[in-house]
Amino acid sequence: MVIVHRNPIYSALFLILTLFALAGHFVLLNAPFIAAVHVIVYAGAIMVLFLFVIMLLDLRGRADRKRSGQLLRIIGVLFAGILLVEFGLMLKTDPTFSMASSSAFEAVAGIGDTRSIGELLFTKYLFPFEIASVLLLAAIIGSVILAKRKLK
Amino acid sequence: MVIPISYYLLLSGILFTIGVIGVLTRRNAIVIFMSIELMLNAVNLSFIAFSKQLSLLDGQIFVFFVMVVAAAEVAVGLALIVAIFRVKESVYVDEINLMKW
Repeated sequence: MVIVHRNPIYSALFLILTLFALAGHFVLLNAPFIAAVHVIVYAGAIMVLFLFVIMLLDLRGRADRKRSGQLLRIIGVLFAGILLVEFGLMLKTDPTFSMASSSAFEAVAGIGDTRSIGELLFTKYLFPFEIASVLLLAAIIGSVILAKRKLK
Repeated sequence: MVIPISYYLLLSGILFTIGVIGVLTRRNAIVIFMSIELMLNAVNLSFIAFSKQLSLLDGQIFVFFVMVVAAAEVAVGLALIVAIFRVKESVYVDEINLMKW
């Protein structure tokens, strides 16, 4: 649904639906903190940014003026299908995935909550955390400069 | 009831494939960006699934960093799209050929 709709706003709304479904999966997979952050960051920030840009650019009138070429579409779907078949073969042939059934799961209490993630983030992964902050700063500066200056 | 990890990996693969189809077939740059988000989220799902499978928390930390990178990428990418739209009056990737000559 995200990719077949011609109107980008519908695509964005369906993508929000998909993101909420993924957040539900994260809750089921014992990761409530990641689910909460997922909803806040993606549905709250990124998709709002997307919708803002879509409505700012106002593409509605010219949404279906031209379609992409039929050949390109066929080739794209073909390659993606090959990729999906490869995923399926990997899951089917690799014994570690197929035999990983209910016996491999033992729910460890307290894994995935905010406290354990925070402890790991600020001890083992402290340096990548700082790098991420620098990356976000670079992104902020970059978008401000791009918004300010006229692109020649 | 416990769901085997292979189901989650299959769902992740399907989501990733949908994202690949979107990138390869659509021409609207914004939709291409959304497809990239879809692929990142597919990878996030398999990270979390493996994190639960192995009872390790490192996968969830990686998901955290993937989200950070996705947010930065979207901010810069949308700024680029807006800047290009100001000049070219278009967000369709086959009409944007500034670097081609």
